[in-house]
Amino acid sequence: MRADVELISVTKRYGAAIAVDGISLAIPPASYCCLLGPSGCGKTSTLRMIAGHESISAGDILLAGRNVTDLAPVERGTAMMFQSYALFPHLTALENIAFGLRMRGVGKPERLAKAGEYLRLVQLEKMADRLPAQLSGGQQQRVALARALITRPKVLLLDEPLSALDPFLRGQMREELKRLQRELGITFIHVTHGQEEAMALSDIAVVMDHGRIAQAAPPREIFERPASAFVARFIGGHNVIRLDSGRYAIRTDRSWLAPGEGTPGLPGRVTAVEYQGPVVRVVLALADGQSAEAVLPDAHYHAAPVAPGDAASLGWEAQDAHPLPEDA
Amino acid sequence: MPGRVARLLLGALFGAFMLFLYGPTLTITILSFQGPDGGLTFPMNGVSLHWFGRLFQPQAVGDLGAAMTRTLLLAAMVTATTVVVSLAAGMAFRRRFAGSTVLFYLTVASLIVPSLLVSLGIGLMFNLMEWEPAWYSSAFGAQLTWTLPFGLLIMFAVFNRFDRSWEEAARDMGATPWQSFWHVVLPIIAPSVVGIALFGFTLSFDEFARTLLTAGSGNTLPLEILGMTTTVTTPVLYALGTVSTAVSFLVIGGALIGMRLMRKRRGI
Repeated sequence: MRADVELISVTKRYGAAIAVDGISLAIPPASYCCLLGPSGCGKTSTLRMIAGHESISAGDILLAGRNVTDLAPVERGTAMMFQSYALFPHLTALENIAFGLRMRGVGKPERLAKAGEYLRLVQLEKMADRLPAQLSGGQQQRVALARALITRPKVLLLDEPLSALDPFLRGQMREELKRLQRELGITFIHVTHGQEEAMALSDIAVVMDHGRIAQAAPPREIFERPASAFVARFIGGHNVIRLDSGRYAIRTDRSWLAPGEGTPGLPGRVTAVEYQGPVVRVVLALADGQSAEAVLPDAHYHAAPVAPGDAASLGWEAQDAHPLPEDA
Repeated sequence: MPGRVARLLLGALFGAFMLFLYGPTLTITILSFQGPDGGLTFPMNGVSLHWFGRLFQPQAVGDLGAAMTRTLLLAAMVTATTVVVSLAAGMAFRRRFAGSTVLFYLTVASLIVPSLLVSLGIGLMFNLMEWEPAWYSSAFGAQLTWTLPFGLLIMFAVFNRFDRSWEEAARDMGATPWQSFWHVVLPIIAPSVVGIALFGFTLSFDEFARTLLTAGSGNTLPLEILGMTTTVTTPVLYALGTVSTAVSFLVIGGALIGMRLMRKRRGI
C-alpha cells in the first residue's frame, strides 16, 4: 500500500542548530498519526515542514506519492490547525470557515452555504454569527477544525490542538477528533507532548527525541516493546532497571511488591505512597541506588499496606522484563 | 488608600492641573462670545456671535479662509502619506533587512532634532536649489519629518502584538500575500491605522515650528494666526480659536463614533 505521507531523510537546520536530523517515516493512508516527544524534540518543526510553513533544509516530503518539497501549502493538499487556532478576530465563525473558499473565488452564497455544512459537522450551527472572541476555547477549536477541513485536505495537520483546553474538554475533543478522522477517512498528523493523548488517538505514534525518531509504531507496540530507555521513560508506566544481565523495561503495573526485609525480588525501601483510587502507586529506592515504582491494584495494596521508610522488595514475572538496548 | 491630607493635596494638584490644561481654552472660548463693543480682555461687554460673523468677512489683515483651506488640504495630504508610508514601513520592518537598524535610527532622529532646525534646513535647501518653497512642497516634507516617525513607532507597537499565525493560516488556506494583507492583516490592524490617521491630522493641523520657515508665501492657519496676533486687536482671534478647537473635537469625535459603529457592526 502506498503511504499517504512519506518523509525521506528530512532535515531542518536553523543556522548551526539541527532541529530535525534526517528523519524518514511512512504514514499509511487514512491513519491517525501522533508526533510525540518532549519540547524541542523537533516534532513541531516536522509538522510545519509537512505543512509547507517551514522550508526543508534537506530531504524530501511526498504526499500521496507526489514530491511536495518545494510546493506552497495550498498546492500540497494539506491543511493546518494552529495551536492558538489563529481564527481571524474580525470575521464571524461562518466567515472564518468560508475563508478558504473565498480565497479561491467561490461566490458568497455558495461559500456561506458550504461553510454552514462544515459548521454542522462540528456541531456549532447556532454559533454561525459569533465572533471568535464570543466563543469558548472549545468552540473556537471546532471552528478552526471546520475551517481547515473545508478545503478538503488529504492530510490534516494539528499542532498541539488540545493543549489549551481544560482536562474535561480535552477528553471530549479527543473523541471528536478521532470520530472525524474515521468518518472523513483522511490522514491526521497530530503533534503532542502528552503520551496519554498519543496512546488514545494514534494508529501510529512517532516518538521523537533530539530531532530523531526514537520509535514509530502502533501505540500498543510502543508500550509493550519500547525501543529504548528514552521511549520507555517518556511513554511512562515503566521501570527502567539495570540488572546484571543488562537493562530492562518493566511495566509498573506488572511489578509487584513484597513487604519486609529479605523478601524475594530486588530489595529496597519505600520512599512514597500515592493513593490514586483504583490503584496505589508505591515508589521504592532500591538498595543499589536505582529508583522504581509499583502500581498495585488497591485491593492488593490494602491486603499488605506499606508506609514510607518500610523495607520492601520489587518483583516481576520473567516474561514481563523487556530487554532494552544498551546505548540510549 | 492615601490619608486625608494626602488626598486633599492630590485633589488640589489635580484641580490645578485641570485649570492649567483647560483654563486658557475655556477663557478664549468665553471671550469669543464678547459683545460687538467688547475688547480682548474681561469684563464681557454683552454676549454675541458678532466675532464669529466677522471671521468670515474679509479681514483688514490676513486671509483666514485661504489659510484654513491650505491647512486642511495640507493636513489631508500629510495624513494620507503618513498612513500609507508608516503602514508599508511597519510591514517591512517586521523582518530584519540590510541597514534596517540604521534606517530606523535615521527616522527616529528627526524627532530629536529641534523642529526649527529641520525647518531652517529644508528652507535653506530649497533656497540653494532655487526652488520656490510652498505649503504643498517644502512644508509638506517638513511636516512629514514629524508625523512619519510617530506613525512608524505606532506601527512597531502594533506589529509587536500581531500574531503571525493569522497570516500563516491565511496562506494555508490559499491566500496570496496580497489577499492575506487585504483580508486579514489590514482589517485586524484597522483601529490602529485610524489612530495613526488621527495623529497625523492633529500633528499637521497645528504644526508650527517646522512649517514656519518652509511654508513660502501662503501661510497655514497657525502661521496666519501668529501674524494676526501682532496686528489684530479684536476678539475675532478668539472666535477663530473657538472654531478650530471645535473642528478638532469634531474630527476626533467623528473618528471615535466611527470606530464604535465599526465595532458594533462586528458585535464586539
